[in-house]
Amino acid sequence: MNLKNVKAVKKGFRGGLRNGSYYVVTLIFSIIAFLAVLYPMYFIVIASISDSTLVNQGQVIFTPKGISLYGYRQIFKNVLIWNGYRNTIVYSLLGTALNLALTLPAAYVLSRKRFRFRKILMFLMVFTMYFNGGIIPTYMLVKDLHLLDSPLIMIIMGGLNVYNLIITRTFFENSIPEELYEAAVIDGCSHFRYFMTVIIPLSKAVTAVIMLYYLVGHWNDFFVPLLYINRDNYQPLQIVLRNILLSNQAMVGIAGGGASGYAQQFADQIKFGVIIVSTVPILLVYPFIQKYFEKGVMIGAVKG
Amino acid sequence: MKKITENGQRSDWKRDWQLWIMILPALAYVLVFCYGPMYGLQLAFRDFDFSKGMTGGEWAGLKYFKQYFDSPMFWPTLRNTFTIAFFTLVWGFPAPIILALVINSLGGKRWKRMVQTAVYMPYFISTVVMVAILQIVLSPSTGILDHALKATGLFSAKANFLGDPSAFIPVYVVSAIWQSAGWNSIIFIAALAAVDRQLYDAARVDGADRWQQMLYVELPAIKPTIMIVLIMNLGGILNVGFEKTFLMQNSLNKSVSEVISTYVFNIGVKSSQFSFGSAVGLFNTLVNFAFLVAADRVSKRTADIGLL
Repeated sequence: MNLKNVKAVKKGFRGGLRNGSYYVVTLIFSIIAFLAVLYPMYFIVIASISDSTLVNQGQVIFTPKGISLYGYRQIFKNVLIWNGYRNTIVYSLLGTALNLALTLPAAYVLSRKRFRFRKILMFLMVFTMYFNGGIIPTYMLVKDLHLLDSPLIMIIMGGLNVYNLIITRTFFENSIPEELYEAAVIDGCSHFRYFMTVIIPLSKAVTAVIMLYYLVGHWNDFFVPLLYINRDNYQPLQIVLRNILLSNQAMVGIAGGGASGYAQQFADQIKFGVIIVSTVPILLVYPFIQKYFEKGVMIGAVKG
Repeated sequence: MKKITENGQRSDWKRDWQLWIMILPALAYVLVFCYGPMYGLQLAFRDFDFSKGMTGGEWAGLKYFKQYFDSPMFWPTLRNTFTIAFFTLVWGFPAPIILALVINSLGGKRWKRMVQTAVYMPYFISTVVMVAILQIVLSPSTGILDHALKATGLFSAKANFLGDPSAFIPVYVVSAIWQSAGWNSIIFIAALAAVDRQLYDAARVDGADRWQQMLYVELPAIKPTIMIVLIMNLGGILNVGFEKTFLMQNSLNKSVSEVISTYVFNIGVKSSQFSFGSAVGLFNTLVNFAFLVAADRVSKRTADIGLL
């Protein structure tokens, strides 16, 4: 597997059988977890370029068989998918921008220990984590605001996540030295300037973390469009996916087009391909943010 | 109000108006989209009247709550919600902790990183895709699980995991662990990384082997993190994932998959019974809230750790 693991196991055994057994057990466990997570994903990748008949017969296990890109070609021709893609990108980018614009300044305000209304404002925010109006009153409110079937609701809904607010606030409190603020105040620096010139540049780690949370949330959101969006033009990718993957709609027109055996044979291939095409972009975001992640995620989390 | 603070700055309005401007957008959002619906909860106590809007109907008292308690759907929805929540918690809660302990013990840096990256990945998969993967993998006769079971020779029958009510919860829970155990382990891995090396050394000097170090050094060190995460999980116990239950639901498994939130969606949004739907939703929220408070109390008393 890896030399160092073997070394660790060996070192463990030198320290007695029971020490060694711990490292053996955890190593085996880690291998199982690794394979259990990766294999289904690997399977979908190879199934997306394999002959669906062979996939269904259980012949595609480790390598693709009967390779064909028919499924992908159909996907890239599909207007519904492109439309959903475009909508999701727009909703995710604008939504995340709004999220950051709401969360970062608010977290700064709530991190000012001398601000008199800090406690009550914090309470107002935290209370919404544990108590909410529920599906129907929220739906009625959106209806009364004439935001039903409006793309705006896809950007506004979930505008502020209180958990992310707390993470950010805790970061501001614990990781940015108070002396900086004292010094800035003596120099007559306003809150606006301090926030823009000191806080923001020093908060890349936490900004990256909450940005990732928000972005993934928007990209994968199914609930909000299910409730509030009816028009096909405005549907995001997840609803289009549901129609293709779970309701077997939409693609029927393509896959079953001429009712040709060839198309039918690759109907499932399209499903595998759609899964990959929709998931890869958001998976690609993580490596860019990873280096900030370990730093950023813990800071706020425990303090709740 | 011209209070002078320690460093001679005028506090309050003169200085803090900028703070108000900075929190205004977030405050406006919370007031409209969180407190707005809470104000709208009076719908649960009124007869909804289309012509008069959300808050214009006649008062109906607890009529809609009674209607829910008396309805044949009350017990099934409550029981299903609790069952799913219970098994998700019992099986799903220890998984990320065990995973974190395992990852923390891995000697090779590169392998450790590979495992971490791999187990984080399913977090990025959407619920729609997750359920689609389940359908593909578990499909009777064509799914890979079916082929694998056949290959073992132990099972010959084509098990219909997605249609069989008794398989619903295992499928739900196992896939939830598959998807989120890795991601949820991050917080415990971070907590383990913060454990002082000297504690391990001291334990070793006292003759503790690696298993005992795990039990008496690592677990106590991450206990506060465990408790906080547990309380938060308990507080959301009835927030059984709407999306996943909704998407996994079919006519065959509805007897176990109809939970409170899907019920609210079906009667409230789909059948436009707005008052009844609000009442059921409020009941759900109140039960959640009660669980949170209870969990917080117990935790404060037993471990001196709390949220509230």
